Amino acid sequence: MTDTSLHRRLPDRLTTRTQRLLRSWEVLLLAVAVAIFTFNALASPYFLNVWNLSDATFNFTEKAMIAFAMALLIIAGEIDLSVAAIVALASTAMGYALQFGVGTPGLVAIGLGTGLACGAFNGFLVTRLGLASIVVTIGTMSLFRGISSIVLGDGAFNGYPASFAVFGQGYVWWVITVELAIFAVLAVVFGVLLHRTNFGRAVYAIGNNPTAALFSGVRVDRVRFILFLLTGLMAGLAAVCLTSRLGSTRPSIAMGMELEVVTMVVLGGVNILGGSGTIPGVVIAAFVMGLVTFGLGLLNVPGIVMSIFVGALLIGVIALPRLIGKLRA
Amino acid sequence: MTFLRSREAVLTGALLVLLALIATRFPGFIAPANLAAVFNDTAPLIILALGQMVVILTRCIDLSVAANLALCGMVAALLNVAFPGLPVVVIVAAVTALGAALGAVNGLLVWKVGIPPIVVTLGTLTIFRGVIFLISDGAWVNAHQMTDPFKALPRSALLGLPVMSWCAIAVIVGTAVLVWRTALGRSFYAVGGNPHAAVYTGIDVGRTQFTAFVLSGALAGLTGYLWVARYAVAYVDIAAGFELDVIAACVIGGIGIAGGIGSVGGAVLGALFLGVIKNALPVVDISPFWQMAISGAAIITAVILNSRTRRAKGRLILRQTEGHA
Repeated sequence: MTDTSLHRRLPDRLTTRTQRLLRSWEVLLLAVAVAIFTFNALASPYFLNVWNLSDATFNFTEKAMIAFAMALLIIAGEIDLSVAAIVALASTAMGYALQFGVGTPGLVAIGLGTGLACGAFNGFLVTRLGLASIVVTIGTMSLFRGISSIVLGDGAFNGYPASFAVFGQGYVWWVITVELAIFAVLAVVFGVLLHRTNFGRAVYAIGNNPTAALFSGVRVDRVRFILFLLTGLMAGLAAVCLTSRLGSTRPSIAMGMELEVVTMVVLGGVNILGGSGTIPGVVIAAFVMGLVTFGLGLLNVPGIVMSIFVGALLIGVIALPRLIGKLRA
Repeated sequence: MTFLRSREAVLTGALLVLLALIATRFPGFIAPANLAAVFNDTAPLIILALGQMVVILTRCIDLSVAANLALCGMVAALLNVAFPGLPVVVIVAAVTALGAALGAVNGLLVWKVGIPPIVVTLGTLTIFRGVIFLISDGAWVNAHQMTDPFKALPRSALLGLPVMSWCAIAVIVGTAVLVWRTALGRSFYAVGGNPHAAVYTGIDVGRTQFTAFVLSGALAGLTGYLWVARYAVAYVDIAAGFELDVIAACVIGGIGIAGGIGSVGGAVLGALFLGVIKNALPVVDISPFWQMAISGAAIITAVILNSRTRRAKGRLILRQTEGHA
């Protein structure tokens, strides 16, 4: 009798590429998205209308812009809870500049500039002073929102110029909104940045082991600082789009948005402890959250009840694989 | 000498300077009766900050405290409306138990499923708020619907102080005894300071974190009743965003967000610091819209100071070992 084990060839990989793909987070999420899409289409006759679907994209485009940058930040082991406050401050800055007759290009520059400045402030506190980003950004959240509320009081800024409306209300072609186009371009840009450049590899390296990354020649603090800048810039961009879409700046603007952005990132399979995650995952998560809120909206479910679904979705998708893993073990 | 360098001493000093500054503009603020009123107004923040402190000590964070408070407050109000004959003590016990149960949900998800605490409580925060809407149909429970004993308890005076203040004092004393004098209390520090070492000393890390969440939840439930009864109104958005004030109080009080570091005195002083600012702004003629920016600046300053003191401590140890060598 021959010993078969000696003749059995060892596989190069324990699982094939397709097997791994099928088990991946993104595919699981995509299945959830398709299920929700089908359910919505069956539940409401108004769902499968291209114009309704086009409107529905507003549910996630602004949040997703921030979520892309936030994903990189979380992969690198940091977090920015001040993003919603940055949106509020950037919008307030634009509204304030409006009083002095600043035109559309100026308003956009001020919105993006405010975002960058806020991101730089967060980045400075975290990288230069070596503070924990979660506490720093809880502090700056209060600070940025506070400055915005000092300027706004209980009033509001209105009367944005007609040309400013293009960002939040314009269409590129047919049902494709300007915001959706920006979302698509950013998805590609961030996808390439994270998955195809040295910078992206550095982000993963820092998230997995900052000390090892430092000793392999990654300029850890510089990368972190850039990530905070990028997150601030994206929050500024979201502020431009949101302000343009709403046509006004109110004290409650973007309230609670940071939680939805973090939910989107975590739902997209990014490890909240850093080190892993993908941009395609975040893109699918954006669609899932948009579909859930839109579908429930068509069924006349109030926004606050939708938050139950979003919260349950967040815990559910993270708990499920862990529970299955525990049962197998 | 060690006390003078401690976080509590620095905070006490800052608080006294703050009070002195306010007194130059409005002397009446530091009258004992007014200070008692400020303490009473800060009572919910003190109670929640102590619960949060225990959670943070174990390397976790509870973002759902304010939503837990609001849900328990709404349940207390609805119980009172549905069964006006029910003694208030029973309602308080019921919502404290409910708060503990909600905290247990957080704790179980952290302990048994292994989801990071920030994700768990972010999720339960939105779920709790949604549930309030479901059970109340989005309607307010107003003062005229609540019975008089229900509304009167937090304000009724006992030895010159309202019951609300006594609740805060009881929680301060209770937490102090817990963390200083019991094995469980010490294990909160052990788990946060070094989870691996804690396991080797026979401490169940997950169970300890679970207990911390239950404690934080129970305190949020109790505060839910106090809040609703004191303001005599319950609706979906009460205490919205209050979780950030609670965490801010802890951070200002020198509780290390990385776990294992913090004291009862620090948490109480941190809460009082925010409470004094909040109450002083209107009397010194600063628009209340400044409050948020000021507390933000206070948090950042506190975080910077915390990191400084900790760095100095590290150097001191190095110098000592160098001296021996």
